Amino acid sequence: MPERSDIVLDQFRQGDLDAFEALFRQHQRAVFGWVLRIVCDPSAAEDLTVETFWRIHRAHARFEAARPFEPWARRIATRAALDWLRARRPEFDQAVTDLPSPPAADPGVVAEIRIKTAQAFARLPPRLRIAAVLAVVEEQPHKQVAAALGISVPAVKLRVFRALRLLRKDLESQGITP
Amino acid sequence: MNAHDEDRIKLLLQQALPPADPAAEPSRDLWPAVLRRLDASPAAAAPGLLRQNWFDWALLAGLIVFAASFPATIPVFLYYL
Repeated sequence: MPERSDIVLDQFRQGDLDAFEALFRQHQRAVFGWVLRIVCDPSAAEDLTVETFWRIHRAHARFEAARPFEPWARRIATRAALDWLRARRPEFDQAVTDLPSPPAADPGVVAEIRIKTAQAFARLPPRLRIAAVLAVVEEQPHKQVAAALGISVPAVKLRVFRALRLLRKDLESQGITP
Repeated sequence: MNAHDEDRIKLLLQQALPPADPAAEPSRDLWPAVLRRLDASPAAAAPGLLRQNWFDWALLAGLIVFAASFPATIPVFLYYL
């Protein structure tokens, strides 16, 4: 006898709105949290959560009920966040510079360096930023990042490496030697 | 870039961008917004109805224009049908 969650997933696949709402209620927090990690802006994360679930609803017929819902939703959320980052011009990307100061683990890192690092990071290509923010800042497992981005684990490592290298070059051009 | 440089850049990045609060939640119920979004742009039309056929229609339109422009070719087309 199928479990209740399987029934809900099957009903969602057939376009049932109640099943979709049940999945929304169950996963909205996880999707919001995931998107927030990428965009670092709670307001944008809310909008992108709505966008993600709209995309999920649009794609309901393509959902494979045998596979888990959350990684699929995370992948759609990542794509929505990537589209958002691409549409946003880096010079207007204030979110990263408006972040609260983290606990000073290293007192040598002054506020100016912190802001310049955040600004340099905002100038990186969005696909590199996403990989770096998820793998380095949020310390998510590479496997999970790879699944969310729809790429392999070595590709994630390569993107992170390229992001760090570009970041270093950018900071060096500003006279900051990490 | 050696491993030491990489670690230093990672540390700098972690200090510049604090991780998101794992307990963060939306400030409001987003379900009404999802419903509004669905109403504004209902789910995709039956997949493939238009998307898969547009090329067929474009080909047919092209053939009609071609036949109208060069009527002498119509018997040749009919012969090969």
